[in-house]
Amino acid sequence: MVLLEIHEPGETPRPHEADDAAVGIDLGTTNSLVAYSHAGKPEVLRNIHGEGLVPSVVAYDRDGEVIVGYPARDRMLDAPDRVVSSIKRLMGRGLEDVKALAGTLPFAVEPGAQGMVRIRIGERALTPVEISAEILRALKKRAETGLEQPVTRAVITVPAYFDDAARTATRDAARLAGLQVLRLVNEPTAAALAYGLDKGSEGLYAIYDLGGGTFDVSILKLDKGVFQVLATGGHTALGGDDFDHLIAEQFLVERGETNPSIGTAKAALRAAREAKETLTAADAGRWIIDVAGRKSVHALGRAELEAMITPLIEETVAIARRVIEDARLAAADIKGVVLVGGSTRMPLVRRKVAALFGTEPLADIDPDEVVALGAALQAEALTGGSSTLLLDVTPLSLGLETMGGVVERVIERNTPIPVAHAQDFTTYQDGQNAMLIHVVQGEREMVDQCRSLAKFVLCDIPPLVAGAARIKVTFAIDADGILTVAAREETTGAEQRIEVKPSYGLAPEDMEAMLKAAMVHARADVELRLLTESRVEARRASLALRSALQADGDLLAPIERRTVENALAGIERAIGSADRDIIEGWIEKLDAETMFFAERRMDRGIRTALAGVAIDRLERNLETPARGEPAAE
Amino acid sequence: MFCPTCGVVLPSAAIDHFVRLDLARGYDVDLAELDRRYFAQQRQLHPDRFATKSATERAHSLAHATDLNRAYETLKDPLRRAVYLLELAGIDVTGETKTSADPTLLAEVMERREALDDAASPSEFAAVVDAAEADAERCRAGLASAFAAADWARAGALTLRYTYLARLLDEARARRGRPTSSPAFAAALK
Repeated sequence: MVLLEIHEPGETPRPHEADDAAVGIDLGTTNSLVAYSHAGKPEVLRNIHGEGLVPSVVAYDRDGEVIVGYPARDRMLDAPDRVVSSIKRLMGRGLEDVKALAGTLPFAVEPGAQGMVRIRIGERALTPVEISAEILRALKKRAETGLEQPVTRAVITVPAYFDDAARTATRDAARLAGLQVLRLVNEPTAAALAYGLDKGSEGLYAIYDLGGGTFDVSILKLDKGVFQVLATGGHTALGGDDFDHLIAEQFLVERGETNPSIGTAKAALRAAREAKETLTAADAGRWIIDVAGRKSVHALGRAELEAMITPLIEETVAIARRVIEDARLAAADIKGVVLVGGSTRMPLVRRKVAALFGTEPLADIDPDEVVALGAALQAEALTGGSSTLLLDVTPLSLGLETMGGVVERVIERNTPIPVAHAQDFTTYQDGQNAMLIHVVQGEREMVDQCRSLAKFVLCDIPPLVAGAARIKVTFAIDADGILTVAAREETTGAEQRIEVKPSYGLAPEDMEAMLKAAMVHARADVELRLLTESRVEARRASLALRSALQADGDLLAPIERRTVENALAGIERAIGSADRDIIEGWIEKLDAETMFFAERRMDRGIRTALAGVAIDRLERNLETPARGEPAAE
Repeated sequence: MFCPTCGVVLPSAAIDHFVRLDLARGYDVDLAELDRRYFAQQRQLHPDRFATKSATERAHSLAHATDLNRAYETLKDPLRRAVYLLELAGIDVTGETKTSADPTLLAEVMERREALDDAASPSEFAAVVDAAEADAERCRAGLASAFAAADWARAGALTLRYTYLARLLDEARARRGRPTSSPAFAAALK
């Protein structure tokens, strides 16, 4: 007798699933790593030389071969046009974003389909997703060699500050590389996981993550295996690379270079990086730059280096302070600080962090490896089962454009994910039958100061009086931090739903600039918002009065009509004013001077409505619609 | 939440936040207890627990976790909790119709906001914040007794007042976290 195998609908049986290992991957800007955890013990997977790091560099040979890691990096000087580095900076980003970076990228960028960018490599034009997929393929291969079994599933880490488009792009790259993403985990959260399980820690912890190109800081509450992120923040263009640049600039000045060639600049940068690394342990040193037929010697002491980079470190401390405020805590509440990222090896960073939190930072796990180790632990927890739980938050506020370009926030930053919030919007004009839904991300009050994520039109809104339609817009962010937006018209029961995925990326620099600008401009924003709201109100009032005049103008004597028309002309002039008080004044004046007209219209309306209407219908009309709780989608 | 025979996760039901987190409905909420219940439920229902399960189960888990987060965020915050309790009682305090209800409250809020703007020193700034903080604390205490006595009118008025105070305090918090040109001033604000 043949036994039938029955499984869950939509699920394909995977007989060899137990053989498929799930790994943790730290896909970094400069370096990437893969780690695997078994029985709660994570380990970085290394090559035969014992190297764990895989430089995030991809070289495309003329014969079509793809090379990843150290060998690719070695080709950078010989064949720079066929080597791509720092591709993470382009993940999920559109051409507009990249234009801003023009000249700072080590490769040529050109437009591709759907606003995506492509990198020109010889005769090929590749997307950032494809290039990242090559790095992931190399990591997958390393894992399969090391574990001697197929690897098809992974937890991949992303900066906490990564926007929706960059997260989506990372998922796509994994799919290209033949990896199923079990979960995207934020880098600081993964680092906390690596520490927390080792020490069984409880209480409030800060993760200070200063890498080559980015800075992230998160505050977490640890409680019996639960890792609850309370707040997160960062800077998407601040890291060790900036320190290198400062040192290199000084070396070039010492060399008397006013207009250095690319070769000279690169040599200076290499010496700078060495100097920075040496001065982590040594107090002083000398470095030689031997390029373009000329040798120069440069002395640098640690104290001098520290004076140079202090402003940058102070900036990270200021960001950390803001995140502590966001979590509604004081620095003294933080029990421990975990250091992540190669730049946290610098003694100055450790001193500043210790001074801020009043406690010696934890750094006993290699700061280059801690994120990958945490990702591996999470991969094990997701596949093998574990009582560990990560509860993360969304790093930036999400909102919609409303009348006048004002942002209506729907989800505030630092809201736990997954999350779904619904908000009701209404029409602005009588008979309006379509509405533009414009989704933006950022902390500012006006749309053009935030980053546009997606736009779509909701049509077939039933033609109703202005303000009568009920359009419910739902934002949903899943456990990977990926956003879906749906809109629905609810009054008539006729539903329309549109789901959008953001079409292009939010430039991390924009994100940073937006957050910074939000802090500086908070007050000016509020004033601009109030002015815009007053204008919208004035326009609404004048439109309403115009249509009232058209419908019921016969209720007015000629002299009354002139009064109303004067008020109308006055408010229409006032709309152009930049003074909110003038606009408000005219709104009040208009209200006062047209009150009698409104009353007469109401009388007429009631008489019309009562004529021939049954009592039960009248009662029904008087019932006010109940305000239900927005549904979670 | 789970099928008693096969153990798969079931769809998330439309239940009120207190029921969802297994807490008695009321203004007084033990925050440590709230955390415990929230963590215990997320441990069972979070999408991380269903990473390798069927698409249906994953969708149900996502809905559960989303509803739990919403319930947690609402009950954890003393202001949102008050608004929610009023909402359960069918009262909308923060809706458009009521915002301009009390001119004396509005005038007072404007005054405090100006005091915050005009603060010439960290100690003046802190004094405004401390006064608002103390007032918010009185609102919370008042809300606890108003809700206990089912005095909706008083609860509504206090919630409205608390809404304005919370906004003021949020703004003060944002400013404290803002990098200023004078580190001494920023440090003194801490």
